[in-house]
Amino acid sequence: MSANEIKHAGLNLGDTDELTHGQAGSAVFGFWVFLMSDAVIFALLFATYGVMLPATVGGPTPASEYKILSAFLETLTLLTSSFTFGMASVAMKHGASRRQFLSWMGVTLVLGAAFLGMELHDFTTMFGDGAYPTRSGYLSSFFALVPLHGLHVFFGSVWIIVMMVQVMTFGLDARVKINILRLGLFWHFLDIVWIAIFSVVYLQGLIR
Amino acid sequence: MSGPNDSNRDEIRSYAIGYCVALALTGAAFAAVHWPSFASTTTLTIVLGLALVQTAVHFRFFLHISLRKSARDDLQLILFSMLIVILMVSGTLVILSNLRARMM
Repeated sequence: MSANEIKHAGLNLGDTDELTHGQAGSAVFGFWVFLMSDAVIFALLFATYGVMLPATVGGPTPASEYKILSAFLETLTLLTSSFTFGMASVAMKHGASRRQFLSWMGVTLVLGAAFLGMELHDFTTMFGDGAYPTRSGYLSSFFALVPLHGLHVFFGSVWIIVMMVQVMTFGLDARVKINILRLGLFWHFLDIVWIAIFSVVYLQGLIR
Repeated sequence: MSGPNDSNRDEIRSYAIGYCVALALTGAAFAAVHWPSFASTTTLTIVLGLALVQTAVHFRFFLHISLRKSARDDLQLILFSMLIVILMVSGTLVILSNLRARMM
């Protein structure tokens, strides 16, 4: 039967909600098209960053600006938020109590906000050191790439709040469930982009 | 491979495995840079290799992407986007670094 079929990439509802599972296929596919176009944007910004990396014009360099510990803590925060979001999705799928679902979402939201706080702190430190976007080609490409990811996390956090409100108002109906599936894909996708930023931008810049 | 009808426990375990593996890989990449014990090019290769493995882990355990035939058009979309990304990124890097070398 259709409940045994994998309808789309991502967490499938399967036989926990066959009706919604049937609808989810095309809805989630459309979201994947958006995600992949977003991935292309990020990939090109990575390419720009790679090209601009030597263009420091005697200004701040990666080695002088990046703090490995704060980048590592940001990675751990985002990684943990991905896991807690996974727990929220599983709670949603398997009909756990609304309270359990909302608390996993709340934890994810707090971790997302903590990540944004740490990132903003990093940026203000960089600005204080005279590392602002117009200083050099390297810094322009850095501030095009990394804050764009931060902006995504910000909108993801807003979306988490919207979903918590939707669950409290409408309960877990088909529309809300599909929205949560999409948000899950978005959140896990952002985590992958961050892994690339952590490795290509921060770790590469700090290798001695 | 996770199916659409896995039990609650199986799915939680799948996320937990993904989380632990991802943590280990991130920690390894961090350690390779923070306590350098290789030449810088070797370290860079290690870091980028670990990042690739971690991306695969995220795809498998968090995004549940399976290579099974029934995963519809999604897989084709993802693979085609990856192809475009690889072509554009490597093309940009090769051409512009070559140009830089010639301009020096």
